[in-house]
Amino acid sequence: MAHTLAEKILQNHTDEKIAGPGQIVQCRVSGVLANDITAPLAIKAFKEMGADKVFDKDRVFLVCDHFTPNRDIDSAEQVKTVREFAHAMGVTHYYECGEVGVEHALLPEKGLVGPGDIVVGADSHTCTYGGLGAFATGMGSTDIGAAMALGETWFKVPPTIRVEVTGKCGKYVGAKDIMLNLIGRIGVAGALYKALEFAGQAISDLTVEGRMTIANMAIEAGGKVGLFAADGKTLEYAVEAGRKNAQMIAPDPGATYERTVDIDVDGMEPQVACPHLPDNVKPVDETAGLHIHQAVIGSCTNGRIEDMREAAAILRNRKVDKNVRCIILPATPKIWQECLSEGLMEVFMDAGCIVGPPTCGPCLGGHMGILAGGERAIATTNRNFKGRMGSLESEVFLSNPSVAAASAIAGEIIHPAKL
Amino acid sequence: MKVTGTAHRVGDHIDTDAIIPARFLVTTDADELGRNCMSGLEEGWVDRVKENDIIVAGENFGCGSSREHAPISILGAGIPVVVAKSFARIFYRNGFNKGLVLLEVGDDIDKLGDGQDITVDTEKGEITNNATGDVVKCAPVPPFMQGILDAGGLVEYARKKLAG
Ligand code: SF4
Repeated sequence: MAHTLAEKILQNHTDEKIAGPGQIVQCRVSGVLANDITAPLAIKAFKEMGADKVFDKDRVFLVCDHFTPNRDIDSAEQVKTVREFAHAMGVTHYYECGEVGVEHALLPEKGLVGPGDIVVGADSHTCTYGGLGAFATGMGSTDIGAAMALGETWFKVPPTIRVEVTGKCGKYVGAKDIMLNLIGRIGVAGALYKALEFAGQAISDLTVEGRMTIANMAIEAGGKVGLFAADGKTLEYAVEAGRKNAQMIAPDPGATYERTVDIDVDGMEPQVACPHLPDNVKPVDETAGLHIHQAVIGSCTNGRIEDMREAAAILRNRKVDKNVRCIILPATPKIWQECLSEGLMEVFMDAGCIVGPPTCGPCLGGHMGILAGGERAIATTNRNFKGRMGSLESEVFLSNPSVAAASAIAGEIIHPAKL
Repeated sequence: MKVTGTAHRVGDHIDTDAIIPARFLVTTDADELGRNCMSGLEEGWVDRVKENDIIVAGENFGCGSSREHAPISILGAGIPVVVAKSFARIFYRNGFNKGLVLLEVGDDIDKLGDGQDITVDTEKGEITNNATGDVVKCAPVPPFMQGILDAGGLVEYARKKLAG
């Protein structure tokens, strides 16, 4: 049987024969992830299950990135729980302190996830690794506790929506815009229980980082995974990250898709998702002129080095509006260092930005940039739910890094070309 | 299982930030999380809820983050069942793993109104309006999920497997 990418990867991790969507299969997992919010619950479940060791100490990843550096006593206690568990289990990949980065930027960078893997994480944006050709999906803590103990989990084989992206991205348009455009079209439940599989010239042209930006937001369309074939670029990225045996993987010709969605990026404008759902998407010009109080550039969606470069290109020799907090959070220590050595930090500081440590921080309204009632933010993050970044009376608009940076300078949402 | 209680109607795409905002995620205590259930939708929402009441939701209930604190806070608020037009998938898994029963009703969800006294029969897949006797049919809990519920949730299921 010709397999979609999702079916193919699942098949490689199970002894059962995959016959098609709807089937429930038990699969071996390549890696299991949890963070400072979700790990304590997973650990609790793990212990209640009577487990006394993790299935593989090199393949359990514990990343304390959400409320760190710990914002209060309660979050410090949670991190302590995770730290003690990691030490007791001998977990190799425990990240805290100066080594920590936003989990979904950190794991790919360290080569811990790669093509053909199945990765489950107690975090909904685990789907990011689909950009590398991994079947990666978020689950709750109890599922993750069980996966940490058993090294396997069950999946319902998802039907796949094929997304064909053609054309060439214009200036100021990139991966984020392709994804926002898709979510705007199919809706926040458009891929509910389904896999998204991306292909087409515009996808081949994207960097692996750009593909991860798209895969990251599969969940914002309700999707189980957002998958990309692993090509030469993927292998290059994987090898650089330290994975020597990475292999290409692609869907079989003639695989069955539930439907195909076509996107043409020729002439596409930068896209903005308006409050309070990620599918409320408009071209940037339709939101232009709305005053902002905060701009956030970072997160697992757009906190990687190419996002930093994109923001810096706009901010160079310009000043952030004095009524705007422009918060920049490079997603990992490595990215932070690259910003430093490439001179981007100087650009950010000269422009009057606030540069923070690698953390999730304001993305989930955790800390380091919370909105008051009536405040409005533009962010390169992935969710604009009501109250996501603070007060229930605040608003979050989602965009790519160029638009966020340009808006920080203008003090209002603006097309970067119109600065 | 049969549950009788008051229906609390909520809309489409109720996300996990609405069910339990991130600022409350510094505990795993069900009662504590239950006191803040749905506070991202409306402050004090939970005050009108009694033990065994039922949430009646629109499409894609529980979308957003993977936080299990969401089903825990619903259970902590005394709500054992959510019926919805549809559920977000991570929430769906989490619900059953934690023992929160979820029934997918589809378009007929609109026959159920806020404040109605209803009875949900999860095995038959029936929701009865106790004032009128009208019955809304839905698919019962799927066998695989029922298996997890019967084992006593995923923790017990995994415990048996580990004990092998
Ligand atoms: S950056 Fe935001 S979306 Fe990504 S893992 Fe952190 S909180 Fe979640």
